[in-house]
Amino acid sequence: MVEVLVLGVLAVAAASFGGALAGRPAEPFREAARLLTTQWRVTARADVLLTRIGVVSLPVAAALAALVVPFGDRVAVGTRVGVVWFNAMEVVAWGSVWLAGWGVNSAFGLVGGYRFLAQGLAYELPHMFALVTAALAAHSLDLRAIGQAQDGLWFAVWMPVAFVVYLVSAAAMAFWGPFDHPVGADVAGGVLAELSGPDRLVFLAGRYGLLAVASAVAVPLFLGGGAGPLLPAWLWSLLKTCAVLALLVWTRRRVPVLRMDRAMTAAWTVLIPASVLQMLVVAIVVV
Amino acid sequence: MRGTVEAVAFWVLAAAAVGAGVAVFVVDSMARATFALLASFLCVGGELLLIDLHYLGVLIVLMMIMEMLVMAVFMVMYMMNPAGLMPMTMLHNRRGALAISGGAFAALAAGVFTVPWPEREGRPPRDPTVALGEAIMGPKMLVMMVIGVAILATMIATVVLSAHRGRYDRDRDGGEAAR
Repeated sequence: MVEVLVLGVLAVAAASFGGALAGRPAEPFREAARLLTTQWRVTARADVLLTRIGVVSLPVAAALAALVVPFGDRVAVGTRVGVVWFNAMEVVAWGSVWLAGWGVNSAFGLVGGYRFLAQGLAYELPHMFALVTAALAAHSLDLRAIGQAQDGLWFAVWMPVAFVVYLVSAAAMAFWGPFDHPVGADVAGGVLAELSGPDRLVFLAGRYGLLAVASAVAVPLFLGGGAGPLLPAWLWSLLKTCAVLALLVWTRRRVPVLRMDRAMTAAWTVLIPASVLQMLVVAIVVV
Repeated sequence: MRGTVEAVAFWVLAAAAVGAGVAVFVVDSMARATFALLASFLCVGGELLLIDLHYLGVLIVLMMIMEMLVMAVFMVMYMMNPAGLMPMTMLHNRRGALAISGGAFAALAAGVFTVPWPEREGRPPRDPTVALGEAIMGPKMLVMMVIGVAILATMIATVVLSAHRGRYDRDRDGGEAAR
């Protein structure tokens, strides 16, 4: 269970780091305190139940995904299908975003929710291919086994395309940085437009949680798991996770939001073929 | 002890699956119906996890979430009222549907009691997922794999072709139409 807590702390650290890059490291905490004390805003004829389910399911999914993330050899729930479970929990975000956008009965929220779903497959397919490529090379869907299969040579080194596709699609699955159309400024915050108070806080926290988990899973998938000199394995896992997470947070400030149609075209015509080709190369090498 | 816990979990999930299934036809909102159906499927995924079909159970969770959400897009796309936001009933042709579903239930229930179920032979396989795959596909594994890739290629090609001229019509006039 401590793994889940660590990833929660990392999610908070990521928010703080994002604030620090903007020159205000305490901003997320101040914002959290403000959201906890502001009045709840309720839209007319909202579907409160569905909105609540959507908001709460986002951090819950991130926590459930964290159960299968190995730190060194430690893992909260040792399962042989960790990769599939992680991906299933990531896809819960589709439901969360759509429910939160739909439930508030507001046009902008609705548009934001539909944007995420409409783009979903374009990012989920290359994401799955990247996951499968690492699993294929290790002959296992177990995240621990995949991490251990990389002694000497990290998967990020000999399947760089899959690694890059993983990072890009993981950011997109957490509607992060260049892919944050569902909460885009051009639709007044989209899904976030009508979320107020604790609802908004929980939803945003879940998004950071999703980002932290995706960073942590990149370590056993592509960065050799807990392998490294001198330090214990769990510490190496933690350090590598922090590095990936910091990269994703930093990217958000450096890369502008991509126009939706261009992002989609790139996903279908570049990401998917590239990840399939990478999988083909890996399959030929290992089989 | 473990057996008791599993038995309780089985019945709780089974009741929840049926309850959520009933809710699909009781609620008056398309969105609620969609997610009630999804909840029912997730309970079924949980049942598979209980009988140690871990891969298939988790796969059902993954695929059903994706499938129901994609369905939500199409459902609203073809709705008569704007965005499907108006309350509506899920029940049509009540008499006929009741007769058909009652008949189907009676037939299945009769099957449960009249079919001579075989005695259990041997022990559960070490990897039930592999055993199930062999039982379903067996010597046709290569065919299934080729068909799988062909279906995926068709899906991607269809999307790419149908999205040739997108909403912003960028291909026609060099990207100026959006502005």
